[in-house]
Amino acid sequence: MHGILTIYRKEMEDHFSSMRFLLIAALIVMIGVIIASMVGMSMQEELRGVAKPTFVFLMLFTSTGKLFSFVQFIGLLGPLIGIILGFDAINRERSGRTLSKLVSQPIYRDAIINAKFLAGVTMIAIVMASLVLIISGLGIRLIGVVPGAEEIWRLLIYLVLSIIYISFWLGAAILFSVVFRSTATSALASLAVWICLSFFIGLGGSFLADAVAPINQTADMAEATDAFLKNAEIQRVASLFSPMTLYGDATSTILDPMRKTTRAFVLMGPLERFSLSRFQNPLPLGQSVVIVAPFMISLIAITFVCFGICYAVFMRQEIRST
Amino acid sequence: MEKEIVIRMEELTKLYGTQTAVDRLTLSVAQGEVFGFLGPNGAGKTTTMLMLLGLTEPTSGTVRVCGFDPARDPLKVKEIIGYLPEHVGFYEDMDARQNLRYIARLNDIPDRISTARIDRLLEEVDLAGEATKKVGSYSKGMRQRLGIAEVLIKEPKVVFLDEPTIGLDPDGTNRMLDLIQALSRERQMTIFFSSHLLDQVQQISDRIGIMIKGKLVAAGPLAELAQRGLGLEEGEAYTLEEIYMKYFKEA
Repeated sequence: MHGILTIYRKEMEDHFSSMRFLLIAALIVMIGVIIASMVGMSMQEELRGVAKPTFVFLMLFTSTGKLFSFVQFIGLLGPLIGIILGFDAINRERSGRTLSKLVSQPIYRDAIINAKFLAGVTMIAIVMASLVLIISGLGIRLIGVVPGAEEIWRLLIYLVLSIIYISFWLGAAILFSVVFRSTATSALASLAVWICLSFFIGLGGSFLADAVAPINQTADMAEATDAFLKNAEIQRVASLFSPMTLYGDATSTILDPMRKTTRAFVLMGPLERFSLSRFQNPLPLGQSVVIVAPFMISLIAITFVCFGICYAVFMRQEIRST
Repeated sequence: MEKEIVIRMEELTKLYGTQTAVDRLTLSVAQGEVFGFLGPNGAGKTTTMLMLLGLTEPTSGTVRVCGFDPARDPLKVKEIIGYLPEHVGFYEDMDARQNLRYIARLNDIPDRISTARIDRLLEEVDLAGEATKKVGSYSKGMRQRLGIAEVLIKEPKVVFLDEPTIGLDPDGTNRMLDLIQALSRERQMTIFFSSHLLDQVQQISDRIGIMIKGKLVAAGPLAELAQRGLGLEEGEAYTLEEIYMKYFKEA
């Protein structure tokens, strides 16, 4: 146990004293201020004509303002934080030739990787919490609305999900730092996987859908609708391979209680569509969680699987000083 | 009185794929001995050390270090041994004292004990003056001496040194050899070191093992090797180089 604590302490010291942390901190302040002011200013326009707005505070995080919302931003660029924190975790020690020294101390080998992962997760938690706090603080100043108890709960759940999502990328980056000896290679490999999983899966999904269930121009209305629905369904399934989609779905009804499903409009059944247009009431928190539970669990699962692979690979490696 | 055997290897073999790195190595080293492990580059010296440390598993054969099996009880073994790798690295942005403190903490040595020990060790390896400088600015010789201090911080029973004098200038080499001898004489530590520099091995070893292509071709005190290898009588002059080249050509 002393091994994990000692390494964790050293890793945290390293994180806090590194240039990297300064960059991340600057990024946090910048993003927080930009998003809060952007959304705060456009909020007034958005709420015009709404008789009795609910969950206004959460809109600070979900409203897209002029460019993008905070949730979209984290879904897209959050992985970068994980990658930056983890891409050189193990191979930095290897190239500094401190790894062989470390493993010849009386600590379990997994203490090294566990401590590094934990330190990374702590950093991610700090980054995310400060982002949410900055936006909340500025938001309260700008729009003058104080969050209710339920909104705070929803934000907390969102915060935990975001930490898990970014930790998945931390795990992936650490895995590459175990597999590749050079820090540049592992950084590039992590970025490649990030781009592939975040952007190309959607593209690949639509290709796949067109190949499996092509949408033909037929006169038969029923057949055309059928083909269209099938096509959309396949695209949806393919997109679930992307952690970004999982994260987006898992957080969707949490931060936006007016949404009652994670599905796109075209895929809704008639009853769902009916209820959406008919009942303009927010979902209670418990129901929001129930809807996104599968996505939450998948997100947690892939994070653990990713770290598990990383762990297994590291434990089997032979460590030489050359 | 028969001395206690601290390192025992029997029929130790390590294969990498189809390549044999270490071939049925049988060897034991007694308490307090300085054992010099000789051999050309790639002979399997480092691999043997890794197996002794439990950092890699032997393909077959048995290893015991102070009675523990390094593959089964790696922590027990790592508590009582110190290892200086061939290319030792440090955390460049920390000073000598911080580096030593980190290793001490990993060995579960409380700070109040390690503080005094670190000062004493820095004195001993002649780095007390440079203790507050970042290790990044250290010369090769200073790093190697800091490496020794790091090995000693946990007060090991057995010390493994992999090529401790590689890349050092003559002065650095001499200081290093003096340090190693002092360890054995003053602290009765068992020292197992590898090298391919013959005169150094000759200078400080009690016993010598010659390893070529994964096989231990000879082991014993220098005089005995001379008699067996060169067929010399007692009192005749010899150098380790002659013995070594003889075995090397045979292999």
